[in-house]
Amino acid sequence: MALPERMGHPPTGGPAPAGPVALGAPRWILAIAVVGALVIVLPIAGMTSRVDWTHFGSLVTSQSAVTALLLSLHTAAASTVLCLLLGVPMALVLARSRFPGQRLVRAVVLLPLVLPPVVGGIALLSTFGRRGLLGQTFEVLGVQIAFSTTAVVLAQTFVALPFLVLSVEATLRASGARYEAVAATLGATPSVVFWRVTLPLVLPGLVSGAVLAFARALGEFGATLTFAGSLEGVTRTLPLEIYLQRETDPDAAVALALVLVAVAVVVMVTTHRPRAFA
Amino acid sequence: MNRRRRVPAMFVLVLAAGLTAGCAGQAGTSAGPDPATASADTAVPAAPQTLTVFAAASLTGTFRALADRFEAAHPGVTVTLNFAGSADLVTQITEGAPADVFAAADTKNMARLRDAGLVAGDPSVFATNTLEIAVPPGNPAGISSFADLARPGVAVVTCAPQVPCGAAAAKIQADIGVTLSPVSEENAVTDVLGKVSSGEADAGLVYVTDVAAAGTSVRGIPFPESDRAVNSYPIGVVAGSPHARLGASFARFVTGAAGQKVLAAAGFGAP
Repeated sequence: MALPERMGHPPTGGPAPAGPVALGAPRWILAIAVVGALVIVLPIAGMTSRVDWTHFGSLVTSQSAVTALLLSLHTAAASTVLCLLLGVPMALVLARSRFPGQRLVRAVVLLPLVLPPVVGGIALLSTFGRRGLLGQTFEVLGVQIAFSTTAVVLAQTFVALPFLVLSVEATLRASGARYEAVAATLGATPSVVFWRVTLPLVLPGLVSGAVLAFARALGEFGATLTFAGSLEGVTRTLPLEIYLQRETDPDAAVALALVLVAVAVVVMVTTHRPRAFA
Repeated sequence: MNRRRRVPAMFVLVLAAGLTAGCAGQAGTSAGPDPATASADTAVPAAPQTLTVFAAASLTGTFRALADRFEAAHPGVTVTLNFAGSADLVTQITEGAPADVFAAADTKNMARLRDAGLVAGDPSVFATNTLEIAVPPGNPAGISSFADLARPGVAVVTCAPQVPCGAAAAKIQADIGVTLSPVSEENAVTDVLGKVSSGEADAGLVYVTDVAAAGTSVRGIPFPESDRAVNSYPIGVVAGSPHARLGASFARFVTGAAGQKVLAAAGFGAP
């Protein structure tokens, strides 16, 4: 089956063996990659094949569906802003300074990536719940977190924050600290260096991190269900609405699931360009 | 070079073979009848058989106990249990999950499976369940009646009207003219219980049996209006099951005296 030319060495006149090879991956890698892609694509295709297209419009424009989608979009946006505000300083500290226990701190920061979301929900409940570590304090301050939209944003931020930190930290490490050092020797204060040098430098990582965080927040389910509850217009985001619709109207659940996939794909394709600035 | 290329190719082949074998194996178990079932399923020295029972989540404790007793009475029989929400189980069975017996938490979901042509014979009701108010230990909001749940400032959690426990709660509200404003409408009774036992909610509406199973983590407050929404639990043999006779005998065991004793001890009502 193997063709003779495939067995030979790289074409003559090409780059030196030590140089970067711009050719594609070997065919067997390609084959496995295709199988890998199918693992992701097939289930989505399977779901799409179940969509009841004749009623699709009415299924996805029902009042409860629209309410859930809008709630999802605005809570995910709020969580992304929160992730940016908190995550950039975290990434900066992790990438630019050295302190004892740094590896442990990074592991803890990334914990929500590997924790089952329901565990995140339990953790949030034990902290911000009415009987939680800080719940009493918040109640005294007149802030009710339980069963509120705030709880949804908290749950989404908890699970999405590591995506932003990882992305920004990786960009910071890749870009190095030379420009910042030069700016500092030219007399810029640390704050000026941050705003004028560091931030523009990590913008690509910041954008892709924010997109990933937004997408993760959009799909948040377990922590929200455990911590925030499920009430239309307040805490029932699109994933929770899909989960509920499944009970009585599987067609509506599939239609809404497709909407969620579409929103996620549009967000990722339009903004997530990892190599754009390379 | 030639030699090195072959190894990964072999790997892909093995992988592909494994995949197809996996598929074939699964198709075999769901389609072809198990050879073990060809023999009479009640014979004492019969070949080992596995009976797969899909049961509503609220039956977890009781069906585990019932399965143990059934196995003890039928040597060689292993009962495999799968617990989930009734609607989920119907979906699983209609999608081809290999179930022999289905026990639902309401007649509506059994009817859905029947409409799909997947119930053999007539299902029989083996238990009933009613709602009860669950409050955190200490009853911080001082709840003592169903009407108390409608008081302003009381954080009450119910099931969503789309699921059986929520439908029951909605029916009671409509019947007696008390309207609740829940802070959350959950998908499952377990989620309601979680919100109550953690103290997030002041009260929740769950089944009598859930309160009994929750032990000391919540306190139950029975209310007389609960008899306006009585949930019936039907059990039936799944059509096309290769263990139909054994399945029918399990259903008879559940509806029989021994089964009823276990169910009553867990707080279920008689059918």
